[in-house]
Amino acid sequence: MGVKGHPITKAETGLITTRLDEVVKWGRKNSLWPLPFGTACCAIEFMSTVASVFDISRFGAELVRFSPRQSDLLLVAGTINYKMGPIMKRIYDQMCEPKYVISMGACACSGGFYDNYATIQGINQIVPVDVYIPGCPPRPEAVLDAIIKLQKKIDNTPARMPDTN
Amino acid sequence: MPQNPDQLQQIVDKVSQNLRGAITGEEDSYGDRVLIVARDHVHDTLAAFKAEGFDLLLDIAGVDLLKIEHADRFMLTYILYSMKTDLRLRIKVFVAKDDMKVASVADLWESANWAEREAYDMFGFEFEGHPNLARILCHREFEGHALRKDYPLMKGQWATTASDLMVDLERE
Repeated sequence: MGVKGHPITKAETGLITTRLDEVVKWGRKNSLWPLPFGTACCAIEFMSTVASVFDISRFGAELVRFSPRQSDLLLVAGTINYKMGPIMKRIYDQMCEPKYVISMGACACSGGFYDNYATIQGINQIVPVDVYIPGCPPRPEAVLDAIIKLQKKIDNTPARMPDTN
Repeated sequence: MPQNPDQLQQIVDKVSQNLRGAITGEEDSYGDRVLIVARDHVHDTLAAFKAEGFDLLLDIAGVDLLKIEHADRFMLTYILYSMKTDLRLRIKVFVAKDDMKVASVADLWESANWAEREAYDMFGFEFEGHPNLARILCHREFEGHALRKDYPLMKGQWATTASDLMVDLERE
């Protein structure tokens, strides 16, 4: 074990040397708390990702929260129509920084086969998306792949958020 | 259970004798008897059929006849069913684009309440006497009527506020 690039020194010294930046990123990427914004069959696939066979807790993201105040990963799983748009935007706004968005499935990414007046053609028109998962619906492995990709992204981004105040 | 055509014919004859001029045509379609009813007689006629035992209003469907040669632009279809006699009946009403007022039947069947709101939302039928003729599927800020043939298929409209479902539920 050890934080990236900074292996833990020998146990007898009782000391770990690393950078605060790395520790914060290590904590963030291994304790993503997802808020499943499930509106269609993708949410069913997310359930099996959480359950024991695929077991999302191997990646530290098993603590599913239904309050935006307690979560930092908005997982949009399903069709988002124009009437749902303001609701999803409001939930994203209520989440605390740092926050991440995964767009799961064809509908959330691009509207899917709902090429019509009712469906938003991609949630990136409302919220910034970090990782897109293709599929209709995606396999649980694809969801885990997205979690890993997001972890890599967190790892490669400076931990201190730019001062926006 | 097969329908009894004689029994249905008796009911139709009785209603058409009582309401002269209301039923302007009859046809058969996919095994159902279809009656064409004048727009001004919608409420009388449907009330008469309810009194004859049609206790369920299964659905109200709107049709836009823009791409079909017809004198009137729109059509409404009421599907009635009798649980006692297992009879089905469809009522067609033609509605012109300039005057889309139709009497509401929400006072006869509870199910007409949301069905008429949907027909209003999608086509713009104005149901007179409806207790709450508001949009039911599209957002209240939506402009136009989405299932009209001249509405652009891909024309989405951004909503600025979240609709509160409870407002509707508490009214009813």
